[in-house]
Amino acid sequence: MNTNRRSFIKRSAAVSALGVAVSAGLITPRTVLAAWPKAAFEATDVNGAVSGTFGSDAMADSGDITLKAPEIAENGAVVPITVTSDIAGTEAISILIPGNPTPLTATFKMGGNAAGFVSTRVKMSKTSDVLVVVKAGGKLYSSKQEVKVTIGGCGG
Amino acid sequence: MAKSIKVRAKLKGGETVVKALISHAMETGQRKDKKTGKKIPAHFIQEVTCTHNGTEVLTADWGTAISKNPYLSFKFSGAKAGDVLKMSWVDNKGESDSVEAKIK
Repeated sequence: MNTNRRSFIKRSAAVSALGVAVSAGLITPRTVLAAWPKAAFEATDVNGAVSGTFGSDAMADSGDITLKAPEIAENGAVVPITVTSDIAGTEAISILIPGNPTPLTATFKMGGNAAGFVSTRVKMSKTSDVLVVVKAGGKLYSSKQEVKVTIGGCGG
Repeated sequence: MAKSIKVRAKLKGGETVVKALISHAMETGQRKDKKTGKKIPAHFIQEVTCTHNGTEVLTADWGTAISKNPYLSFKFSGAKAGDVLKMSWVDNKGESDSVEAKIK
């Protein structure tokens, strides 16, 4: 607790004093935001979101991707999704929801040791497919499943 | 800063299973304030990074459609009990937090 508080204070002091100077090893919000693919996340169509993330939208359906999502989600604000990719050399997994205002939900980039598995919870505005795109060996593979939503997760 | 991340990492047959819960509003920017009718500005986590012994095992770019108080689980190999796993997040307002957990 204390050490964290200390480094936090140090960090904010450094930022306020020098603007962007941050001690080595700390990730500055600036560099992180630069890496975040804004255009892909703001794209309103699936193809734009996929090509914004991976540079191409040529996908092949694959049976090696297991997508676990509920058939009927009562609450669209919390839809649990689990993706397992058995494709060798899975580099990245993206979750897209074509029915949302901006389809791209998340992109998980695997390090060398990470298995092709992620589990998370997403928001869905209405009944829609959930599309999973896996990048492996420079190629894109996809799989999808429909989730029926009774109460949307967007709007108050 | 209050700890916003709860992380558990457990070894299971050579693989480390990581489960994390982050407390964050994950505001989409589409919701309206019922009293004023104005849109609530977006406030969401954009990037989550997880490192093990200094090497990145997972980086996640998130959009607004990740649920409030996000849950994240993933697996990786090559770790042993007692190793330290570090997880951190940064949101669109530049706020961030990080936590370290021992692999059990």
